[in-house]
Amino acid sequence: MFAEVDVVNLSALTPAAVPPRPSLWPARMDILQSATGLFLGLFMWLHMFFVASILLGHDAFWTVARFFEGYFFFGRSLPWLVSLFVAAIAAMLIVHAWLALRKFPAQWKQHAAFWRHMGRLRHGDTTLWLVQVLTGFAMFFLAPVHLYLMLAHPELIGPYESADRVWSGRMWPLYLILLFLVELHAGVGLYRLAVKWVAFGDPRRSLRILGRLKWAFTVFFLVLGLLSLAAYVKLGIEHADRVGEPYIPAWIKTAP
Amino acid sequence: MSRSLNFAIFRHNPRDPADVPRTQEYRLDETPGMTLFIALTRIREEQDPSLNFDFVCRAGVCGSCAMLINGRPGLACRTLTASLPPDISLFPLPGFELIGDLSVNTGKWMRAMSERLRAWLHFEAEPEVDALEARMEPELAEQVYELDRCTECGCCVAGCGTAQMRADFVGAVGMNKIARFRLDPRDVRSDADFYEVVGDDSGVFGCMSLLGCHDLCPKRLPLQTQIAYLRRSMARQGLW
Repeated sequence: MFAEVDVVNLSALTPAAVPPRPSLWPARMDILQSATGLFLGLFMWLHMFFVASILLGHDAFWTVARFFEGYFFFGRSLPWLVSLFVAAIAAMLIVHAWLALRKFPAQWKQHAAFWRHMGRLRHGDTTLWLVQVLTGFAMFFLAPVHLYLMLAHPELIGPYESADRVWSGRMWPLYLILLFLVELHAGVGLYRLAVKWVAFGDPRRSLRILGRLKWAFTVFFLVLGLLSLAAYVKLGIEHADRVGEPYIPAWIKTAP
Repeated sequence: MSRSLNFAIFRHNPRDPADVPRTQEYRLDETPGMTLFIALTRIREEQDPSLNFDFVCRAGVCGSCAMLINGRPGLACRTLTASLPPDISLFPLPGFELIGDLSVNTGKWMRAMSERLRAWLHFEAEPEVDALEARMEPELAEQVYELDRCTECGCCVAGCGTAQMRADFVGAVGMNKIARFRLDPRDVRSDADFYEVVGDDSGVFGCMSLLGCHDLCPKRLPLQTQIAYLRRSMARQGLW
């Protein structure tokens, strides 16, 4: 009788009898990687439209730039608003990069296994993953250059200011590379998000359509980006002898 | 006019320390309707009785004859030589223990995976074998059956970039099993229970959606759909 009581007490107290609840962090990290990727990818597409407003004329881009500085809400420009937003984007990029690192092959054996696998499989989505890894890795180093410039000098966004940075500031090679990195990475990444989270009823058909859409978006944004960059380069060359002069729309100059 | 097929086949006996892995060439005249299974059988009967390869059903049901066909996983019995160029390379499935030549021990891998995922029905009480089974809606039974068509051939593991890099990854076959038992109303496990076995980077969160499994599954199982659904269910566990 004495022994029976002891056994009951023991089984209630022995920690090994209660398995620990598994960590919820793998789930949270997976959600966070996708969420930051979704936000960054969509933001980069919007960003391209903002940048491409130069194709509609100097005033269009000037208006977009001042809009984000709150000019049309507060009656004056508050460039630190842009800095604040850039800081938020940078933070998100850091989180996304840190989480994505979990997926990178780290050891030689993993590198070799993936390359061998990719080579023999000749499978589009497998090869595109390497594109994700390489473009992502390259952006670890190239994206901060642009982000820091925008953080430190948010007021230097405007038709002349940006064109001077692109041409006289010799940023065009960086922007040209970043354009391809971003558009490939964002296009493939957003496609991957759909594959990852959407349970398609007819997956073969959906994936085919999705694959075509991905390339259409990538090509569209690449063309738009190249045209915009060309516009800034052209403007930068024309403005090279007046570097530093800010752009002020004619309708403001003549305003009383 | 029939083609002459050139086979380059991986040869190795891992139990013989002196045996060096190599590829061996065989030549064979193609016949109408020839599958790789037929070709391999003829090579073994007419040219080289020492050639090892697996088969049981010869009809794409058992999943034993999976191998790398010109680099891509597939079933030998379901692959017509007419669908291939005249130069055909055959290698054993990567990621599994080699028994010899084209024969690999998928069973060992699958058993370990099944034990780890506890991939069997967990009943509330010991089922009464004399009583009538509880009824199941035909639609639901069909959904369960659809996922049960998996033959554990190993093509999804051999076609998966993640599984090739990380040996502890459960692969689509494992996630498909969890999806199957999640559907089954007789299984008492909740999503919290399933999270314990697939809720980490060696489970569903390790999947990088490379779609090799989905595109190469010989049974054309809807693996993308199942994995996405499982990912969402398991991610929901992490939200609170």
